[in-house]
Amino acid sequence: MSGIKDKVAIIGMGCTHFGELFDKGQEDLVIEACYEAFKDAGVAPNDIDAAWLGTVDGGNLGSRLTRILKLQYIPVTRVENLCATGTDAFRNACYAVASGASEMALVCGVEKLKDTGYEGGLGGTLHSKYQARYEILTGPPTMFAVRATKYFETYGLTPEKGKEILAKIAVKNHYNGARSPKAQFQKEITVEQVIKAPIIAAPLGIFDCCGVTDGGAAAIITTPEKAKAMGKDYILVKGLGMANNAAQPVLDDKYDFIHFIENQVASKRAYEQAGITNPREEIDLAVVHDCFTITEMIIMEDLGFSKKGEAWKDYEDGFFSLNGGLPVNTDGGLKCFGHPLGATGLRMIYEIYNQLSGRCGERQLKDPKIGLTHNLAGNPDCYCIAITILGKP
Amino acid sequence: MIGITSIGAYVPVWRLDKGAIARHFRGEKAVANFDEDAITMAVAAGMSALDDAIRREIGALYFACASSPYREKMAATLIGYAIDLPREIRAVDMAHSTRGGTSAMLAAMDSVKAGSAKKAMVIASDMRRAKPSSNHEQNFGDGAASLVIGDTDVAVSIEDSYSVSNEMMDMWKGESEDYVRSWETRFYISMGYMNTVGEAIRGLLKKTGLKPQDIAKAVIYSPDGRSVAGLAQSMGFNPKTQLQNDLFMQMGNTGTPYCLQLLAAAMEDVKPGDKILLASYGNGADALLLQATGNINKLKNKDLMRRLLESKKQIPDYVTYLRWRGHVDTAPQHVRPTPIASAADLWRVQEGVTPFHGQKCTECGHIEWPPQRVCTKCQALDKSEPVRLSDKRAKLFTHSKDMITDQFDIPMIYSVVNFEGGGRMITTVTDKDVKEIHNGMDLEMTYRKKFCTEGHTMYMWKAMPIRLK
Repeated sequence: MSGIKDKVAIIGMGCTHFGELFDKGQEDLVIEACYEAFKDAGVAPNDIDAAWLGTVDGGNLGSRLTRILKLQYIPVTRVENLCATGTDAFRNACYAVASGASEMALVCGVEKLKDTGYEGGLGGTLHSKYQARYEILTGPPTMFAVRATKYFETYGLTPEKGKEILAKIAVKNHYNGARSPKAQFQKEITVEQVIKAPIIAAPLGIFDCCGVTDGGAAAIITTPEKAKAMGKDYILVKGLGMANNAAQPVLDDKYDFIHFIENQVASKRAYEQAGITNPREEIDLAVVHDCFTITEMIIMEDLGFSKKGEAWKDYEDGFFSLNGGLPVNTDGGLKCFGHPLGATGLRMIYEIYNQLSGRCGERQLKDPKIGLTHNLAGNPDCYCIAITILGKP
Repeated sequence: MIGITSIGAYVPVWRLDKGAIARHFRGEKAVANFDEDAITMAVAAGMSALDDAIRREIGALYFACASSPYREKMAATLIGYAIDLPREIRAVDMAHSTRGGTSAMLAAMDSVKAGSAKKAMVIASDMRRAKPSSNHEQNFGDGAASLVIGDTDVAVSIEDSYSVSNEMMDMWKGESEDYVRSWETRFYISMGYMNTVGEAIRGLLKKTGLKPQDIAKAVIYSPDGRSVAGLAQSMGFNPKTQLQNDLFMQMGNTGTPYCLQLLAAAMEDVKPGDKILLASYGNGADALLLQATGNINKLKNKDLMRRLLESKKQIPDYVTYLRWRGHVDTAPQHVRPTPIASAADLWRVQEGVTPFHGQKCTECGHIEWPPQRVCTKCQALDKSEPVRLSDKRAKLFTHSKDMITDQFDIPMIYSVVNFEGGGRMITTVTDKDVKEIHNGMDLEMTYRKKFCTEGHTMYMWKAMPIRLK
């Protein structure tokens, strides 16, 4: 099986400010993200020959995108894979470019969570009838907190020690977010603040959780040959891994709740395509799905950045900090950007793209060559993990 | 011989110190948790009287209740399904009167006598709504009881009965009323309760040729914790030695199940040959003469009522109680909306929801819930047999303590629960003291309310700490 490596080039990206954007609608966010991407790529809207729109709660039909941008009768697919929607929209577009079906594709992810009217958590539209009959009606913090309880128990961390480690993750991401002009939260915080913050779902407090946010992001991709012919700087797709589970956490009583098998499977696929054998050493930076601090910690182990049960030690050592061995969530992550579902995956790619292009200002890493994004979707019973690996030509 | 072959009961774990209602009130009352109602308590009482051998023989279920969550829609079908009785039963709701417990018992007896059911089950349950701070609120408690009536292995025979019908506005609740009403206390106690229960007991004694001294235990409905002793005395019983303790100070007057709960409590020290008088009240009275047989010593659950009463948790304050009963609306604004329960969807999947059947793969043995057509382990299609999980013990695998989701259940213990023998579910732990929650703790399952929209109450099985150690 020949993978995606070096077959697709990103030539332009855009990303809105993420936040409580009560004064901006879906139309505004799409235009802002896409026009930044058009400008960055040096292309016009009519140069796009196919598009993918990622949105969970933003309405049906790909035509939402053409209607906003007035694209002229091109094919647009609307993608939904819950929190991993943005990455999956990107992934689908990559395969279209790699196959030759599209030469200049637009990917746009957008979400207006603050239009739902609910305080905290995600909007009610994420519930289905399935949840009415079997599921406990609650929000994501609660669903992810069970993993923290189990992680602490399994690896012998006292509740106090566990809280402190999680706090360090939040502090690290806020440090990065404070250097990220498009982030929702751009303030540094302290471990003490995190520990003393109100509890949402013990052991997770409010600073262990990402915000509820509006945002949009976009990418323009083409073939490396076309990018070169255009004389553009570009970033290459090195690997794409995705895995959807079959509700094993709930249906299989052996599932341990301290790892996401889905992460391991999806990352293995991406590593194989990218030719990565030792991710801890070979990857220069990663932007991962820290919807909650505990999620980031577990992801570090699943992706092979830390040994099983030892990610917490790497946080103590600062290994994932901006100046550490493998900086993670250099832009502040979901912790600081919040999580507008359809946009998040593309926001992650935007950070890697900018880091590899050397455009990240105060938080710019020294000459990174290969970066990874990791996007996670789902409740405890259903996960979709989507991973991209991007590299310099 | 026809009579009781199995007995069960339920008293909610929560108690309200009546002093919290008004300083001069004394005693405690049993209070259903925010996620309980007459149906869930009926399921608990029903489960306690059942095993698989009994289940197979039951041909009728009579559910007696004055406070069914539904004004139209049978409760007996839901209860029977939840406790996993066969589908081919005669299911009947006996509504609207606290006398319904004994009415159901007599109907069950007649079914068995007529041969239309090998065994008939009686469940009585009530969670009656009383106006805050009223006398009724002081008196009413919540609870349920159950009996299985059959003609083999009878532990307590039903020898005779005498019923009196009495039309009177003693207690009522109109179509659109929120609370039970009554005419003045003196009226319904003296002209209603004293007169008609007295009439029924006298009638029974006369019919059977018995004297009060022949009765080992008089189990009599007690409207207020006081009048029953006077009634017993006036009938010629010694209230101290013959009258069953009305448990009024421990649980209050539980309505329809009340005298059946008292009967269950009386079982603890009944000896073979003992004659028992059972008398109920509600727009008249039923009096039944029962007699313990040689099987009485083999009867299970003889100490169940005592153990249920001893196993209790205190409601922290009156406001909590008012919130649980919906007297104070504290629902927050702008939270996620309650989903609509699709009746069609629920109907398709109800075997996993109501009798709480998981499944065991006949190819690989994997047990899972909710039921799946394709096995999670070996991917075999449509190769499974049902496994009842409602009576399985479980262990808490992991959990979180949710502070924001539920307006009553704070913290809500969102839990991954592993069943003994295999299988897993995500549920919450109810009837808990948050300090006792830890991974690895032992749990049992309990049928509870999930939410209610458009008059449709969704129920689910939750976990709770093992109630009776």
